[in-house]
Amino acid sequence: MASSETAFAEAHRARGLAPFLRSQMRNIAPFLTLIFLSAFFAFASPSFATLDNLGNILTQVSVTGIIAVGLTFVILCAEIDLSIASIANVTGIAVAYFTLQESYVNIANIPLPGAVAIILSILLCALLGLVNALGLTVIGIPSFIMTLAMMQIAAGISALLVRGQIAYKVPSLITTLGSGSIGGIPWIVIVAAIMLLGGHLVLTYTRFGRYVYMVGGNREAAEYSGLNVKLILGAVMVISAVCSGIGGMLGVAHFGSAQQNEFDTYLLDSIAAVVVGGTSLFGGRGGIGNTIVGLFVLGVLNNGLDHVNIDSFLKILIRGLILLAALIINVYAQRLREKAAE
Amino acid sequence: MSAGRSPILELQGITKSFGGVEALRGVDFALLPGEIHGLVGENGAGKSTLMKIIAGVHTEFSGRFLIDGKETHFRSARDAHAAGIAMVHQELSVAPDLTVAENVFLGNQPTNALGLVQWRRMAREAGEQLARFGIDVDPMSRLGDLPIGLQQLIEIARVLFSGARIVILDEPTSALSPPEVERLFTTLRRLREDGTAIVFISHFIEDILLVSDTVTVFRNGRKVAETASAATSKGALIEAMIGRGGEALEHSYTDDLMLPQPSDSTVVLKADQLSLARSLKDVSFEARAGEVLGIYGFMGCGQQELSRILFGKLKPDGGTLVVDGTPKTFASTAAARRAGVALVPESRRDMLFHQEPVYKNISISILDRISSLLLKPTQERDIARRQVEQLQIRPPVVGLDLGMLSGGNQQKVALAKWLTYPPRLLVLCEPTRGMDVGAKNDVINIVRDLRARGLAIIVLSTEPETVLSLADRILVLKRGALVREFKNEPVSKDRLLEAA
Ligand SMILES: Nc1ncnc2c1ncn2[C@@H]1O[C@H](COP(=O)(O)OP(=O)(O)OP(=O)(O)O)[C@@H](O)[C@H]1O
Ligand SMILES: [Mg+2]
Repeated sequence: MASSETAFAEAHRARGLAPFLRSQMRNIAPFLTLIFLSAFFAFASPSFATLDNLGNILTQVSVTGIIAVGLTFVILCAEIDLSIASIANVTGIAVAYFTLQESYVNIANIPLPGAVAIILSILLCALLGLVNALGLTVIGIPSFIMTLAMMQIAAGISALLVRGQIAYKVPSLITTLGSGSIGGIPWIVIVAAIMLLGGHLVLTYTRFGRYVYMVGGNREAAEYSGLNVKLILGAVMVISAVCSGIGGMLGVAHFGSAQQNEFDTYLLDSIAAVVVGGTSLFGGRGGIGNTIVGLFVLGVLNNGLDHVNIDSFLKILIRGLILLAALIINVYAQRLREKAAE
Repeated sequence: MSAGRSPILELQGITKSFGGVEALRGVDFALLPGEIHGLVGENGAGKSTLMKIIAGVHTEFSGRFLIDGKETHFRSARDAHAAGIAMVHQELSVAPDLTVAENVFLGNQPTNALGLVQWRRMAREAGEQLARFGIDVDPMSRLGDLPIGLQQLIEIARVLFSGARIVILDEPTSALSPPEVERLFTTLRRLREDGTAIVFISHFIEDILLVSDTVTVFRNGRKVAETASAATSKGALIEAMIGRGGEALEHSYTDDLMLPQPSDSTVVLKADQLSLARSLKDVSFEARAGEVLGIYGFMGCGQQELSRILFGKLKPDGGTLVVDGTPKTFASTAAARRAGVALVPESRRDMLFHQEPVYKNISISILDRISSLLLKPTQERDIARRQVEQLQIRPPVVGLDLGMLSGGNQQKVALAKWLTYPPRLLVLCEPTRGMDVGAKNDVINIVRDLRARGLAIIVLSTEPETVLSLADRILVLKRGALVREFKNEPVSKDRLLEAA
């Protein structure tokens, strides 16, 4: 039985290299993009391909990486979370709000012990995630709209907390994790690596992870299998908000200040990292591995453009074009895969 | 038939393999204009694969392909369409989010000089076309909201009236009830008069014999027989299909069948006065442990809605459900599953994960039984392997993506997912749809075995044969109301049809 089964499987699998590559397009294309970009910048600038610069790139993508972990869960379920950057921002501001600031900072804040400040901030982002979750599952607002509203709500809370001021101090644990380093390796890189690894383990080896893929793959079938689809969707929205919150707290420490609109670019960057890495916008395909490749593509692109001598205004356009190319590949990879499956 | 006509389509020595597995081996096939050509064969015999080659879906194969005597090679389904070939696929390929009218005109909507879609004209013409086919629906309603049988009819109508010279129907009647099937056959005969060549695939051998001029039998990727329908019989065809005497397998249920004395075992489910908008009116019944309750009715009689209510997918407007003595209102399918209810719906598309391997499809509903936090892939595969073996799912490879299985084998997977930890109440909608005679028999045996293990089973079907072959007690549902109960009395296909 077993041997005939493997023979069968082999025969089915061995369908020539071309179809295999086509079906794996989703994973291969981002990787090729990464290699191509790295080679290009290494060739174009002697300062790019150095160990120091690799460290720079890693540090630069860390905050995006932390936020993108949760977003990967959401996109795998074929939903979207547009409130990630705002939630990161409000959580970063909250943790500063609960910390004693220097006297010249003109914020009517509530100083609390560091641990309490951190816990309250995490509760805050979890709560905002829960509101997203309830809006999506109980009321039935599409995630695109619900999180768009949340984006504004979180920005509003941020504004009320800082009132146009800038806060600098955060609990010492956060300061260390955000801007300290150990043995030459920045803590923030380590935190990002641990969270990415954790996300990967959850998605690959746990029951919940399987449910995420199945709900994303075919929501109707998941429901007919008796899965609690709403619970799973709700959970990913909360996970996304908490990851954003952690990213926001460390980001504030990393930048050295907490203020309004500090994280605005992270919305696009996080979505881009997930999608460029090859996770399907239609759900069910991809994972943290893809997100990591996407993060590097983005990191190399952002960093590399600074190493070559081109008009800095042109850089913005170039980034946009490369993202567009990656999105086109994402959509085509889906079609090619369907083609290869026939 | 008549030797004078030359084939409109001719295939010679077609071989098609998916990787190392040969789905077709050296098949010759010819189609004459004005003929209805029936195609039969076991699940996985290669019927759909051959038709997909003709319709330009599979473009890589070896062998000669001639249209009107000219060698042709399609590069896509569009090429085939341009050559006048249209196909109704086994899996519905409608666009559920578009309107009925848009689906009827899919790809060639009428437009005005500015290139804008002429909605009103489209709706009117779609309505007229469907009416000619006996379908009465609002052309502007969303297709996905209609019952699956109606969706299937609309897809058939689209293909039949597309003006194609070659029409391929891959198990078109699987979701239809007798009156619709009758109407379809009338239309097919009319098209035949106009010289259209029609291929008709079905597991209903009687239908094949009734409507087709020629029958071709497939077994294991080979063509094993081709005869005039008039010169063959059901038994002979089944024998050619499965290679052994098959008459015992297929019962025709035209004679009276005696239903047993109703059981007085514990009531697992009691439905009381269920009602749902325009679909169901005061439906009350009991399902007992160790009994198979059949619910028969024509398409659109409310069966689908009823099954969804039992599984917590739809909420009834009124009425109560009592499971094992406790009243329940299922907030979700998960709640229904926890209460011990399982459903196999009639649509594979809704039930299965086509891009995932077979074993994940089988294990999905029992993951919480075999693992708490971490997955146990080895155990999952073992369980799946056991089910694959028991249901004889082909190919027997649990790691294969589900989409690579033939239609009938996918249907078996849908059943397999509930069998490892049997529920208290199993609701089966069209459990044998798309299955060959052998597989149908397997399902009958499995259901009997589950009944012997004390499950309450409800079988809902629009095929009288399915209900008759499985049920101990039969309810007839007509326009949302229960109109007749058969128990402890003789019943036959005719009696059922009459009651519905
Ligand atoms: N896309 C695919 N990839 C791999 N194998 C496939 C694919 N499609 C079909 N097959 C295999 O080819 C064989 C023939 O399948 P096909 O769908 O033609 O059967 P069928 O006669 O239509 O059966 P059914 O009555 O169940 O619909 C089966 O073994 C099936 O698993
Ligand atoms: Mg088929």
